[in-house]
Amino acid sequence: MENILEVKGLGKNFGGFTALSDVSLSVRKGERLGLIGPNGSGKTTLINCISGALRNEQGTIEFQGEPLGHLPAFARTRRGIARSFQIPRPFHSMTVLENLMVPLAYVGGVSGKKAQAQALEILAEIGLGEKAHASSSSLSQVELRKMELARAMAARPQLLISDEAMAGLSGSEVDDVLDILIKLNKSGITIIMIEHIMHAVMRFSERLVCLDAGQVICAGDPKTVVANPEVHRAYLGD
Amino acid sequence: MKYWTFAALAIVLAVGLALSGANEYLFFAGFVVLQAIVLATGWNILGGYAGYVNFGVPGFVGVGAYTALTMHLLIKAPILVQIVAGAMLAGLLGLLVGMLTLRLRGIFFSIATIAVVYILDAVVMNSRFLGGATGIQLTRPTDVWLFGTYTRMLFVVMAVMAVIAVSVARYIQNSHIGQGLRAVRDSEEAAECSGVPTLKLKLIACVISGALLGVAGAPMPMYLSYIEPASTFNLHYAVIALAMPIIGGTSHWAGPLIGALILGSLQQIVTVTISSELNVLVVGVLLVVFVVAAPDGVIGLIRKWKTSSK
Amino acid sequence: MFGLLLGCFYAAVSLGLSVAFGLLDVPHVAHPALLIVGSYGAYLLGGWGLDPLVSGFLLMPIFFLLGMLLYRFYYETFESRGSAAGVNGLAFFFGVAFIIEVLLVLGFGVDQRSAEAPYIGESLRIAHYRIPYRLIVAAGVALILTLVLTLFFSRTFVGRAIKAVGQDEGALRLMGANPVKIKQLAFGIATSVNALAGAMLIIVSPVDPTMDRLYIGRAFCVVVLAGMGSMSGTLVAGLILGVAESIVLTLFGASWATAVAFGLLLLMLGVRPQGLFGR
Repeated sequence: MENILEVKGLGKNFGGFTALSDVSLSVRKGERLGLIGPNGSGKTTLINCISGALRNEQGTIEFQGEPLGHLPAFARTRRGIARSFQIPRPFHSMTVLENLMVPLAYVGGVSGKKAQAQALEILAEIGLGEKAHASSSSLSQVELRKMELARAMAARPQLLISDEAMAGLSGSEVDDVLDILIKLNKSGITIIMIEHIMHAVMRFSERLVCLDAGQVICAGDPKTVVANPEVHRAYLGD
Repeated sequence: MKYWTFAALAIVLAVGLALSGANEYLFFAGFVVLQAIVLATGWNILGGYAGYVNFGVPGFVGVGAYTALTMHLLIKAPILVQIVAGAMLAGLLGLLVGMLTLRLRGIFFSIATIAVVYILDAVVMNSRFLGGATGIQLTRPTDVWLFGTYTRMLFVVMAVMAVIAVSVARYIQNSHIGQGLRAVRDSEEAAECSGVPTLKLKLIACVISGALLGVAGAPMPMYLSYIEPASTFNLHYAVIALAMPIIGGTSHWAGPLIGALILGSLQQIVTVTISSELNVLVVGVLLVVFVVAAPDGVIGLIRKWKTSSK
Repeated sequence: MFGLLLGCFYAAVSLGLSVAFGLLDVPHVAHPALLIVGSYGAYLLGGWGLDPLVSGFLLMPIFFLLGMLLYRFYYETFESRGSAAGVNGLAFFFGVAFIIEVLLVLGFGVDQRSAEAPYIGESLRIAHYRIPYRLIVAAGVALILTLVLTLFFSRTFVGRAIKAVGQDEGALRLMGANPVKIKQLAFGIATSVNALAGAMLIIVSPVDPTMDRLYIGRAFCVVVLAGMGSMSGTLVAGLILGVAESIVLTLFGASWATAVAFGLLLLMLGVRPQGLFGR
């Protein structure tokens, strides 16, 4: 089973501050990987480097066997890496449908009636079907999160990175979003999930990687990782 | 088809007026309003559609004007060639400024555009060929086609340019590129992650916007029979290029058109009834008032009125 | 030498902007316009026989309030609606700057105005150099101002809160401080510093209403050169600009000298946008 993503020795600095140091991880095709770690441990920086929003100074990232090098973010999306944002970034002057039409057009090259049909299909799957023609700036928090995922899906990715999609949501809303992610994974998409809500992480992940202060401190089977004393120390402090 | 009918009618109207015996002043004033339409529409392609504010409008207008001048001085080029040359160089300037600053945040682009004006001003001041600080007097060519006076001919040329400018804006707005630019304006990060090549699109907008601003400036030397840096690189152009789309509405191609017509007529009224200094103040005040109270411009107000009266 | 003193002065002018734009991220292109208002204020008060520096100090509290109000308005209208850093905020400040310029022209005419004080017009002679006193005074005040502000931002609670709010609002809220009030305070400080800088401007040279355009270039050049929000960096950057301008002035003449600031700015943006001292 080949790896869809290979990260080797990744390093990223911001001025004098080292955000990531010698980070390596592999993601199997079709896997559900959970990425955990306390605030400031570098999780978002890591996915920013993978998605291309930031440039890593050391190390390499290979996607589907091909190195990503200095490829800009939009090109990585076109290769098949999609991500959602921690704080939703809707195209606020557009309707929900129009939001999805952008990646459909720019990644898939589909427009017009065909794109509309595909967009409606995705929205129905995610559960936002009725809101298709609503202005994206009128959506509630959970609806915005769903639209973020829907928009990422419209880019037809092989790898989806979900950055704290459930932060701040209520119990039932969390389950809602979790179900969507599991359903997406069943249809063949590899998913990396960053999350703090532990029961969601445990339910979702086949494997866990834990970061602390820019380094990987533990990786493997979820139950084992969570029981690891290093992980406890990272979260609770010394 | 409806749009093109109107566009054709507009040109026919302009030609008809020029051939008629109407008062010469109409064409002087009309030229200014038509130039304003090109200015506002051009600015809006980068400012309204993509969200990058160009303060250096006088610089681009100046490049258009001085390129046209150079063409005239060197090879006595006809007006259309001057305009094309002006547009090309202004577009190139747009590309350069874009490449330098579009990787950074929007405000750095804006400040860089101010820099452009000063640097160009310094270049012209130090160039004897371009007239330096004192400027150059020109004699207009005698070829006026069928229109009787040179001003009338320029009026018609500008009318055609205005139609071209608005058509370009309309095309971009409704196209793939316009969709991408809107995404960039709303959230550049999300646009990148949706596969939009943001840098490329921004550069395209920069070039087209710059070129149109150059088109607005190119006929100036011929229109005034005179050119000098102080009035060419005047801040006035920057303020009106911003005010017109903001007043009319920045998200639609009709916005700059509406803004230009409103502001153009208002300016005429104020200059004639009150004073010309106050005229300038009015523009500034209107800009601030609209930015604060009606940021979507007249078009936005119309939309709101439509949805509330349903 | 001349360049160094001038540079100190440029640094003082840019300190306010360093706070407003560098730390707070407000697209405050109207900063230089307010600077000129400060100069004209000093000029007016000079009519009552007040020394420009004194006028400057007197104007500071007024400008402080003005700054707070301006920020409040900007915040309510733009930042809280979410359309913040975009076209509208910039256009707003640009419009304000333009209106200020026009009002000044209407009120004072386009001619230059200058101030009078015992140290203006006289020079210090060292060896065969003549250093105008007014420049020394301006440079001195600038240095003191930089020192005061640097200490303020690193030692006092309020100062550090201001530095923090630019980087992490959330953390500040958790500490019980209101980010909006702090930003307001910061903006007020930035504007009052501007009043003093304006007074210094009119000491250093005559002013006219259109000078704000020149100083947009100089102030932003210094702020960008320094790197966002570094007070001491602003001083160094100001010195660099001052010296560069003086050199160009002597070698190439006045019309190129004004383009120096903009040229440096473009260079910096292209090569190292985070400035010399920024992160």
